[in-house]
Amino acid sequence: MSEFAIFNAHPTVAVQAESPLAISRTTVATAATPEGAGVCLRERALLGHLILRGSFADEAFRTGVEAALGVPLPQSMGRVSRDAARGVSVQWMSPDEWLVVVPPGEDYAVELRLRQALSGHYAVMQVSGAQTLLELSGPAAREVLMKSAGYDFHPRNFPVGKGISTTFAKSTAVIRRVGEAEWELIIRRSFADYLYRWLLDASEEFGIFVAR
Amino acid sequence: MLHIYCPHCDEHREEEEFRPKGEAHIARPTEPEKTSDEDWGNYLFFRKNPRGLHHEQWFHAAGCRKFFNVTRDTVTYEILETYKVGQQPAVTAESRKRQASDQGAAK
Repeated sequence: MSEFAIFNAHPTVAVQAESPLAISRTTVATAATPEGAGVCLRERALLGHLILRGSFADEAFRTGVEAALGVPLPQSMGRVSRDAARGVSVQWMSPDEWLVVVPPGEDYAVELRLRQALSGHYAVMQVSGAQTLLELSGPAAREVLMKSAGYDFHPRNFPVGKGISTTFAKSTAVIRRVGEAEWELIIRRSFADYLYRWLLDASEEFGIFVAR
Repeated sequence: MLHIYCPHCDEHREEEEFRPKGEAHIARPTEPEKTSDEDWGNYLFFRKNPRGLHHEQWFHAAGCRKFFNVTRDTVTYEILETYKVGQQPAVTAESRKRQASDQGAAK
């Protein structure tokens, strides 16, 4: 383990934690139930997000990450390694950068495990407070994505399991396809309110249900 | 809208995701203290502005956030190739001239 001052960002006393969407208000009429709604939107608030940097060519780095996270390190653009049962995913972000998403409260333990497993030239950054994850599902979810981004969301180009980073609604988002009609959007905290309202507005014509 | 191939992402992406970052292959003088003011000024501030073939740096701002090089025709906007930083372009003024003369000979 490298010599590095780290601390647990989670307070030991009870402090009310708020998602970036806590203040969002909207005038869009939302459906009362998910039945019949074209789009279902749910925020997975306060997940643990870590940015991992290192060299894929370094075998010790690859094996260390796999040992610490329990999923292999993805090698190329679009790849997301996922353990759905444990709620852990690792996404390729750039040739030397990966995004690790873990369940709420587990980020500190995962960071410690990574630091114990790795040595040499690498970096682990705690970015849980910087972004939040939205789940977009339903028969019209792809339509909403197509309205909002220039990327090709056709199943031929965007199979289940793929994850990318692209421009989205004049901002940027990390977009991952989890299932046939299930998508994940990872958005920045500073754009969360704007993008949430954009999504509601874009989904209004299909009928939108917001799960809380 | 240009469709640009990112050599790091291995995929064509919309122009909107990228930022142009000016001329590529600018070498920093190896001995700045021995470089004349004029040469240092040229290195810092003066850039080529060719009509035709140009080697440029581009930045994949919304994607992998890596720099790479592009060979682009400034007249037609056609992107002739993209390649990683540190590599040399395959399409150059010489290679184009050679290609043109080969085609002329074939006719």
